[in-house]
Amino acid sequence: MEFNRRETLALGLGAAAFVALPVRFAAAATGDEMIAAFTGGAAVADGGITLTAPEIAENGNTVPVAVSAEGASSVMILAMGNPTPGIATFNFGEAAGAHTASTRIRLAGTQDVVAIAKMADGSFARASSTVKVTIGGCGG
Amino acid sequence: MADGVKPRVKAPSKAAAGEAVVLKTLISHTMESGQRKNKDGSLIPRSIINRFTCDFNGKSVIDVEMHPAISTNPYFEFEAVIPETGELKFTWYDDDGSVYEDAKQVTVG
Repeated sequence: MEFNRRETLALGLGAAAFVALPVRFAAAATGDEMIAAFTGGAAVADGGITLTAPEIAENGNTVPVAVSAEGASSVMILAMGNPTPGIATFNFGEAAGAHTASTRIRLAGTQDVVAIAKMADGSFARASSTVKVTIGGCGG
Repeated sequence: MADGVKPRVKAPSKAAAGEAVVLKTLISHTMESGQRKNKDGSLIPRSIINRFTCDFNGKSVIDVEMHPAISTNPYFEFEAVIPETGELKFTWYDDDGSVYEDAKQVTVG
């Protein structure tokens, strides 16, 4: 079987697209995939959870965030624009006081931070906040 | 990364029975994300604390699953209900298998 120049080029392009496509798809879907894995595909309502994050963060290496969700058994926080979207999952135990937690996170750039609470009754609540980041915090 | 890791915890030594107290924890750790490159352009392998737990008299207060997006020197602030005199136990689990611990006594009176 012989290839002329045109066929060879087309073959090369096709192969490149085939290789590049799944990688890009996987990277883009992870945030939503993590939400789906956490909720099990259940509907997520707005409200019932408060996410406190700064509007503008000068340094993406330490961005203070706080979540508060009364009656939540666990809260997951995601940075949708980070190379790995997962930040943390807080599981509140029986000795927990008010179901609030705060920590400091890294953000690669301006993006949405999403918090999803799993309530004790099995329902889910969501809150999100856009944070503008002046200096990214993921190195590279 | 077992060197220079020092947990610090701020907890009240006294509380009223059933009071919710605020706990603040900080542990010194580089939390290498696995995204950064060194001078040669090769990736620095990930080395983070991946789990933090707090218990009061064996009952769970909080259990945090941590990802590389948690900042250097991870800081947590949360609340615990203190029904009786007892001990708050804080545990951090490192990627390399190390476990760092701290404990605080809380007296109800």
